[in-house]
Amino acid sequence: MADVPTKLLSGNEAVAAAARACGVHLGTGYPGTPSTEILENFALLEGPGTAQWCPNEKVALEVGLGAAFAGARVVVTMKHVGVNVAADPLFTAAHTGVVGGLVLVAADDPGMHSSQNEQDTRHFARAAGVPMFEPADSQEAYDYFDAAMRLSEQFQIPVLLRVTTRVCHSKSLVELNPLSAPAREIGFQRDPRTLVMIPAYAKSAHVRLREKLNRIASCAAACELATTADGDGELGIITSGVAYQHAREADPDASILKLGLTWPLPMETIRDFVDVVGRCVVIEEGDDILARDLRAAGLAVQNKPEPFEFGELTVPRVQAILAGEATDPPAPETTAKPKPPQLCPGCPHRTTFELLRDRGCIVAGDIGCYTLGTLPPFNAMDTCVCMGASIGVGLGLRRVLPAEQASKVVSVIGDSTFMHSGLTGLADMVYNGPAHLVLILDNATTAMTGLQEHPGTGRSLSHQPAGQVVLEDACRGLGVHNVHIVDPMTQRDQLAELIDRYLAEPAPAVIIARRTCLLAAGKIRQYEKASDDACQDTVPQA
Amino acid sequence: MTSVINIVFAGLGGQGVLTASDICAEAAFRAGLDVKKSEIHGMSQRGGSVSSDVRIGPSVASPMVPAGQADYLVVLDETQVELNRPMLRAGGVLLSPAELPGGVEALPNRKCLNVAMLGALASHLDIDPAHWLDAVAAHLPQNLLEMNRQAFTQGHAAAK
Repeated sequence: MADVPTKLLSGNEAVAAAARACGVHLGTGYPGTPSTEILENFALLEGPGTAQWCPNEKVALEVGLGAAFAGARVVVTMKHVGVNVAADPLFTAAHTGVVGGLVLVAADDPGMHSSQNEQDTRHFARAAGVPMFEPADSQEAYDYFDAAMRLSEQFQIPVLLRVTTRVCHSKSLVELNPLSAPAREIGFQRDPRTLVMIPAYAKSAHVRLREKLNRIASCAAACELATTADGDGELGIITSGVAYQHAREADPDASILKLGLTWPLPMETIRDFVDVVGRCVVIEEGDDILARDLRAAGLAVQNKPEPFEFGELTVPRVQAILAGEATDPPAPETTAKPKPPQLCPGCPHRTTFELLRDRGCIVAGDIGCYTLGTLPPFNAMDTCVCMGASIGVGLGLRRVLPAEQASKVVSVIGDSTFMHSGLTGLADMVYNGPAHLVLILDNATTAMTGLQEHPGTGRSLSHQPAGQVVLEDACRGLGVHNVHIVDPMTQRDQLAELIDRYLAEPAPAVIIARRTCLLAAGKIRQYEKASDDACQDTVPQA
Repeated sequence: MTSVINIVFAGLGGQGVLTASDICAEAAFRAGLDVKKSEIHGMSQRGGSVSSDVRIGPSVASPMVPAGQADYLVVLDETQVELNRPMLRAGGVLLSPAELPGGVEALPNRKCLNVAMLGALASHLDIDPAHWLDAVAAHLPQNLLEMNRQAFTQGHAAAK
């Protein structure tokens, strides 16, 4: 066999390389740490398929699903909380299945390095009834993507690839072997009994889904990726994902069953393993899911104590679990505190939070850099739940608080977050009231995740000119009559006056505090210059 | 190299901590070693404390350096030394800008500090300097290479 190149790649780069090597036709997603670099790298690699940021994860999965209904190979990427947003199409897509191949890459963030919760996407595989693969390093991210795509095409079912921060953002060596090619021609075949989920058709679709999962559980593909490392047989460990790496290092003598396909479970392989080892411990990062399933199946496996369900696993933590410790090993002693994250010096959001702080506002906040407005010296954000929640939460607070407090409530949301999930909240403000003030902090980018484009920027994922949703037009179109645009840096006084006006005399209002993110400004000038130059080139010479 | 060498890079957001760990991992890869590198970026690093782990050797499992097992702790900002010191094993080597003669001011540019500290680290590791310089070239823009080569050499000489 010819030599294949070996590269040092992050898990995200490896998924992108695999998607290219698999001939993926379309990549869709919404940026979210730690998943963002997958589509960005896919777009940088040569190949015929295209990648795009969608307004949110639900739309991304729906666009991907349409392409997969047409026979295409599709990758859809998002962080774990994005799967919640995409859950509606995901659950029913499990029923319809796909015609081509669809791999949904869901990136969990155990330890919450950059997330608002610590949910475990493995629950979704069980709840929606879709197969799941879990790679343990970049090589497996590459190989399992291909396995997931092939399984998706073979059984015509969407497949989850669950990665975690330490897979996405760790680099390790990858042999870039040739991967499979798309199995189907692109073209639409009418098949309403499969693709139209009216109750009459959905009933048989549900049965078909369960049959598919049973066949997948018993097929060879399930066992091919469940690898057993030889040990002394005394201690057996069942594990998956990056937890395998910690377990391997924690006890080099243990026998390890590492699961690649983690839903449906290759139960025969697992049973055979449990039978031949002495004590058997399940090492899983996140919730106590796998151990519970195995015990429900009557297998005598040991689960981890509850304290280990929080945060990331590490080699010392796995050693503690294997030693039967009930609690975490003591943290190394230091009195030094990490320097907390903060809004950049010169960040346009600073002005807005100073004004809200000085007015004692009750601030319903949202997800982005600006969530840091909750920290000193601003202390100007009082709630933050999920993408878009600022508007609904603000309206709810206004609805029930006594007048004196209600009049202090404002909602604060970023431009990308507004495009993601703010429009429907604003529709509720117009429809139900009460009169309320929404501040859209428009810095012309998705800053937190690394300056990605969104529908409001008018540029594509690859920073090329694209259609644009104009924020103020969208707000007015929804029926908000009081829409103001101010630059928080050069028009600080106007911004202050507007806030004061709407706090004093409530009316449904949106103030767009518009100033480009400092980190993005230089890049945006380059993109604009590049597109201007391209336009010049197309003008016929006189 | 017969066993795994653990290196932790630490500093503040914007100092080039992650670039330093990328270059280090790349140099080890070019030297034919197994390597794993782990980093955290996103919300928690916006202007705050940053660290990144690099593990090199014949075969590496976990991508994360366990606390108290770092052979080398490379810190780009003195304020971050105490925070990260617990990562270092007994007898492990701490490298910080204090090791550089003339300090950061003697470098061609302050922004080269990360590469200067890589030079200091390189003097402790059995990896051909050519691999280090190739790795620097692979991760930094062409127009900055000369000053970074110089910084690497200064760091390398300082630690000897």
